[in-house]
Amino acid sequence: MTDDRAEKEEQRVGRFGAFGGRYVPEALIPALEELDEARRKAALDPAFLAELEHLQRTYIGRPSIITEVPRFAEHCGGARVILKREDLNHTGSHKINNVIGQALLTRRMGKSRIIAETGAGQHGVAAATAAALFGLECTVYMGRVDTERQALNVARMRMLGAQVVPVEHGSATLKDAINEALRDWVTNVRTTHYLLGTVAGPHPFPEMVRDFHKVIGEEARAQVLDLTGALPSAVIACVGGGSNAMGIFHRFIPDAEVRLIGVEAGGAGIESGRHAARFASASPGVLQGAMSYLMQDEDGQTTQSHSISAGLDYPSVGPEHAFLRDSGRAEYRYATDEQAMRAFELLCRTEGIIPAIESAHALSGAMEVGPEVGPDGILLVSLSGRGDKDMETAADYFGLLDDVAEDGEQ
Amino acid sequence: MNGPGAGDVLARCRAEQRAALVGYLPVGYPDVPTSIRAMETLVEAGCDIVEIGIPYSDPLMDGPVIQRAAAAALAGGSRVADVFTAARAVRAAGAPPLVMTYWNLVLRMGEDLFADRLADAGGAGLITPDLIPDEASAWIAASDRTGLDRVFLVAPSSTPERLVRVTAACRGFVYAASTMGVTGARSQVGPDVEDLVRRVRAVTDLPVCVGLGVSSGEQAAQVARVADGVIVGSALVSCLLDVEPEQGLAALRALTEELADGVRSR
Repeated sequence: MTDDRAEKEEQRVGRFGAFGGRYVPEALIPALEELDEARRKAALDPAFLAELEHLQRTYIGRPSIITEVPRFAEHCGGARVILKREDLNHTGSHKINNVIGQALLTRRMGKSRIIAETGAGQHGVAAATAAALFGLECTVYMGRVDTERQALNVARMRMLGAQVVPVEHGSATLKDAINEALRDWVTNVRTTHYLLGTVAGPHPFPEMVRDFHKVIGEEARAQVLDLTGALPSAVIACVGGGSNAMGIFHRFIPDAEVRLIGVEAGGAGIESGRHAARFASASPGVLQGAMSYLMQDEDGQTTQSHSISAGLDYPSVGPEHAFLRDSGRAEYRYATDEQAMRAFELLCRTEGIIPAIESAHALSGAMEVGPEVGPDGILLVSLSGRGDKDMETAADYFGLLDDVAEDGEQ
Repeated sequence: MNGPGAGDVLARCRAEQRAALVGYLPVGYPDVPTSIRAMETLVEAGCDIVEIGIPYSDPLMDGPVIQRAAAAALAGGSRVADVFTAARAVRAAGAPPLVMTYWNLVLRMGEDLFADRLADAGGAGLITPDLIPDEASAWIAASDRTGLDRVFLVAPSSTPERLVRVTAACRGFVYAASTMGVTGARSQVGPDVEDLVRRVRAVTDLPVCVGLGVSSGEQAAQVARVADGVIVGSALVSCLLDVEPEQGLAALRALTEELADGVRSR
């Protein structure tokens, strides 16, 4: 892209520099404009904000606490490590922040049905929860591979009254679930809101989803200042689509001395080709409504991503991350499956906290960044979700149930 | 571009007091040579404009039939550049080739290079299901430079303001989606069609072609009463699914003839 084109696009609504935009069928434009207007009006409406705040406090359980983890920090070069505990939210991850906000907007727009995609199942569970709370009909699209990796979350969604549709085509993961949700939306847009779960997709989703999550960083900044008297040296979060990272980063963007570090899924390693480290390998392109970095072949066909964590297994990344990366405000690195699982085990054993495997990528990042910031450094890590959903993966990975399985076979 | 564009063909059909038949097939299904023979068959059997689809990994505007064909074409090694081979063949067979493509495939090659190669192959222009005029400045410049048609879509949900904006950016014709949804044969063409075509005609003099859901001569005749062109995709692709190529081409010829009769019997 030429500089002059990038400059022009920078000034356009819904763009983060050259990234973002609306690459969608015309049929969806009226719905996107309706949504944009609804969320702008809501953001200025004291009644909406009061209801959102009330639900954050009495339903989600906000503010979420921070926890300093000194025994884990011993493995991070001696830097202080502080976790922002989004895992303690209702439904077990940060996803509920965005879902409650969008469910309120759905009601304001007079729509009666929500659809959602889910990878790890965290967003699907949160969406099913909000649908139950607000009396909305709910359909969740989930790749077949992910329904197998995250069977318990399928049961949770169905228990909450949602219809879960396994998506068979393509790679049968998150990307394909989003395609299917978009097909549903373009067909049923008059009655249905697409409750997209990450900071990707067409404008206004990247901005809106970030705004519903920015409370994470606002709380954490005040909490860390209160605890330590200083701002953190670095804020670290895992990045799939990138919603928890945008949520915790946003308030820190003006704090130039605070490093913002996103950790992508390195999968089986970059050289293996089986990973989801978009910034380590990808180039700009359009997928599912937005211009961003994209894993693609020389023809522009999307290539398959891989991660042990379903929630990070996506071949593109939210457009604002692409902008933060290219502008140099945020840095991105990756943790392989193996590094993430090591961090996963370490947090369990040193602190008695079982993180989501997604969040374990951020913890692995902290283990790398710690020695860089030294013993006076303070690392704020987004613990975006809890690991209960990952027990089957962990049991397989660490062979936790091998003896039990053997007993069963006898 | 060498030869008539989509607009010229639509004007000729209008002079003949009939609608045009626009047939869609993806290049590379079941393989590149057979897909090109299939497009030639369309032209021989009465198709006025051929819409050549480029298989894409994430076809979010397509229903199950075209998804399946696209996935099989990609698995079989179909490449984006095959579309230029197909365009040459369609032009040689006597119809303007319009390429239907998801945007990232053009972006990856670069709008200018894609436009040059398409024009060089006799292509008439592009139909862009996931590109709206608001995001299309580079493509608008490239198509102006090369004289290629640019066909954007409107839908029953389009507001009057959007209809003005989208049709002002179109050249060749306006693609009106008959119903809200993805591609695929439907037992009835949506009730929104007439209303949408009327609303489009109120804001532009460009021809209006209607797509999504048409699968039979009878439906084609019904749509031909209100539109300048009838676009048929999934029903044609279905002819080629799960059968031997020769059998598929025979079925394709028969359906195309039925549809061509349909657009003449309004």
